Amino acid sequence: MSLASVQRVMVAAAAVALTGLVHAADISGAGATFPYPIYSKWADAYKTQTGTGLNYQSIGSGGGIKQIKAKTVTFGASDMPLKPDELKASGLVQFPMIIGGVVPVVNIKGIGPGQLTLDGATLAAIYLGDIKTWNDPAIRKLNPKLALPATAIAPVYRSDGSGTNFLFTDYLSKQSPKFKDNIGAATSVQWPVGIGAKGNEGLANQATQTDGAIGYVEFAYAKQNKMANVLLINQAHKAVAPSAASFQAAASNADWTHADGYYLILTDQAGANSWPITGASFILVYSNPPDPAATGEALKFFAWAYKNGTQMAADLDYVPLPPALIKQVEATWKTSITAHGAPVWK
Amino acid sequence: MDQATAFVIEPRHAARQRLGEQIFRGATLTAAVLVLVLLGGVTIALIKGAWPALSHFKLQFLTREIWNPVTEKFGALAAIYGTLVTSAIAMAVAIPLSFGISIFLTELCPAWLKRPVGVAVELLAAVPSIIFGIWGLFVFAPILQRHVQPWLIAHLGVLPGIGALFQGPPFGIGILTASLVLAIMVLPFIASVMRDVFETVPDVLRESAYGLGATTWEVIWKVVLPYSRTGVVGGIMLGLGRALGETMAVTFVIGNAHRVSTSLLAPGTTISASIANEFTEAVGDLYTSSLIALGVLLFLITFAVISAARLMLRRLDRKALASV
Amino acid sequence: MTRRFSRKVTNIVALALSVGATGVGLLFLGAILYTLLKNGFAGMSLHLFTQMTPPPGAAGGLLNAIFGSAMMTLIGIAVGAPLGVLAGTYLAEYGGNSKLSAVIRFVNDVLLSAPSIIVGLFVYQIVVVPMGHFSAIAGALALAVIAIPVTVRTTEDMLRLVPQGMKDASTALGAYPWRTTLSVIYPAARSGILTGLLLAIARVSGETAPLLFTALNNQFWSKDLNAPIANLPVVIYQFAQSPYPEWQQLAWSGALLITLTILALSIFARIVVSALQPARRS
Repeated sequence: MSLASVQRVMVAAAAVALTGLVHAADISGAGATFPYPIYSKWADAYKTQTGTGLNYQSIGSGGGIKQIKAKTVTFGASDMPLKPDELKASGLVQFPMIIGGVVPVVNIKGIGPGQLTLDGATLAAIYLGDIKTWNDPAIRKLNPKLALPATAIAPVYRSDGSGTNFLFTDYLSKQSPKFKDNIGAATSVQWPVGIGAKGNEGLANQATQTDGAIGYVEFAYAKQNKMANVLLINQAHKAVAPSAASFQAAASNADWTHADGYYLILTDQAGANSWPITGASFILVYSNPPDPAATGEALKFFAWAYKNGTQMAADLDYVPLPPALIKQVEATWKTSITAHGAPVWK
Repeated sequence: MDQATAFVIEPRHAARQRLGEQIFRGATLTAAVLVLVLLGGVTIALIKGAWPALSHFKLQFLTREIWNPVTEKFGALAAIYGTLVTSAIAMAVAIPLSFGISIFLTELCPAWLKRPVGVAVELLAAVPSIIFGIWGLFVFAPILQRHVQPWLIAHLGVLPGIGALFQGPPFGIGILTASLVLAIMVLPFIASVMRDVFETVPDVLRESAYGLGATTWEVIWKVVLPYSRTGVVGGIMLGLGRALGETMAVTFVIGNAHRVSTSLLAPGTTISASIANEFTEAVGDLYTSSLIALGVLLFLITFAVISAARLMLRRLDRKALASV
Repeated sequence: MTRRFSRKVTNIVALALSVGATGVGLLFLGAILYTLLKNGFAGMSLHLFTQMTPPPGAAGGLLNAIFGSAMMTLIGIAVGAPLGVLAGTYLAEYGGNSKLSAVIRFVNDVLLSAPSIIVGLFVYQIVVVPMGHFSAIAGALALAVIAIPVTVRTTEDMLRLVPQGMKDASTALGAYPWRTTLSVIYPAARSGILTGLLLAIARVSGETAPLLFTALNNQFWSKDLNAPIANLPVVIYQFAQSPYPEWQQLAWSGALLITLTILALSIFARIVVSALQPARRS
């Protein structure tokens, strides 16, 4: 085959590929990786039912915020809510979509799921490097009946920027002023001790391989891999186990009605059954969308997900929003998202 | 060819030929200059993206270890250190191994075994680097953690001097693991190039040496290697370039800590791993710009390595010519 | 110890070490391949080629990813390879040893060894940011940028191997260099150039980093160049790190597919070279 004919074939093939310029999806979204599994499952079911496709790119909360501000996607998704003044400055409307929890897990010989109890201050001290062994007095005080070995603690953290990091560090910052000053809360922080692992899988793998390790993973993952989760002492001084019920308790105890722009971080909420490291994942759309039709389609999808997506969410161990909150959000849509004076979603 | 019977072209054909020549020559020249433009473009685009961070932190960016997205203070020291150390160890492991493999393939291997072993080595080069990362994390690291690292800590960690290299709990992942995974990754590239280059050595040179009574090893070390040194250096540089820039194989097993540690068993980070891990989630212009600045640094390091290689090759060639 | 004896010992030790080195290399190769094959084959079925990437908890395939990778590779090579061949032709036929050619060769080496993540950042800056969104065309351009230096290098090397006598004969017949190149040199070097093309394809097929910030990924079937598109490397990257067994299985199978493709291309390239090139004995 001569070079000329090879080139001719290549050009022809490229032309064939280029003629397929079909717009497959009308709704585009980008952002957080935390809710990606449930968003993609909903999108799949929605497409089967209605024929409208939704292309969600899980590039991270930061990427989602960037994209929506650049007006290149219909909606952005972020695990870290934007503050009200930032929302106003960008002309964005924010609302919660789904709730999940971050669960500390441990790998200590002789300790199974739900046996170890910790509280926020102790957890922060561990990740600051102040508590170095498992038989430290602070841990023994919380677990008087447990036989704790003298193993060194190996803290494992998420090396990639993620919403899970944000929730975890936010909780620890609330519980420990030292943690707040030295490390702070963000999707990516500078950890003084321990090792970083990539993704939930990497972290869980590292935690299960290292004797004496402690880590934090999305609830879905801890459950599916049967990891030894930790009980946490919440704001009501009760030790709670992570579960869909305790996440929902945290969400429902939260005061959404007074949250400007739904800016509410669900860590450390009041309530006897509330899980302390709960978090909502948020959606960002424009108050005056540049493409009202697309935004309208997106809102239709979200309404459908609120109504029909609860079982799918439960299957993947996410927690749907409480019904009262859904009503509040849909009311916000009607009043805040408008085009030419009329609401985009009816 | 009889020069006297030159072919005569008619004037109108000549004009068309000249035009064709201008077009073709122009096209190739444009394409060649495009290579320059491409490099220039890459450099400019990267520097433009990195400028906010570089102008903000100035030289401190290179010397500080801190990497704090919350307070927005960034320094590349840990990433640079990790990149250089992992590549150095990877090359220290891969070069002797590749050398051994290529010697085996060219001098020792029986003919029927040559094809399969050669294909096997190439197979390793065909494996996507992400596989090395996943394999490293799920298969290699646990083995290191349970068997190799405890041994290193117990036996080498107690020695004075080099003991400092083997301190700390056996995590399984870390700088040493990443270096070894890198070594396995670049091994086939260097070995293939060395093998190809060794095979181009004319038999007559080898036979002459054997005729003088040289052992196989002496033939390799004193005849084959000097003859093919340009290619060997080229192969090593190829491997080094890959090692410096490798992202996927390293990201999974480096431990991702923006810290400089003396211990090889400690976690660290490399420039590529930092960019891959953090770029899409980076919020804030300074954070994004700092990551692109890391990219600029990596580009400079690669640039320096290639320039050094070329200089070394030129010196080798000059020495060879001088000794003729 | 006599010198002769010590030389013998050195010889045996060195050769034993080289056998050992080969053993070590093969051991690791075996371990990695075993893991790849064991996990990859478990998911090999027709579904892989007929179904799209699924949401978690559902079975599916890799069709959109395979198509996306194929399309971007095709466009990337279609854009990059001709440019590379032309540039290599310049260096071999016109440039010679001029200053400009030396600079271009050096720059080409730099680009050749540039980490692919740098290429990804570059294309992000000049294509994704101005366009405002990720797209298949950005991914294809990133692959083209990676393919160009490879093609330049192989083309120049191959063209230089064509015997000078053939070029002289053509010139003596009155042909301008462009005619000589097109009618004589290219056909003579065609196996080498084809090999270069195959190597470039193999090289870009396994690249993940440049696609992370350019083409991104897409859950659905898409032929739209202007939108993100599914591709094997990024799908593997995402799925391997997930906690869902179906996704992990697809990741391993996808990895096996890429490996087999690259291997087939490399072997094919070697066959082409040995079959079409004259023997190298001088």
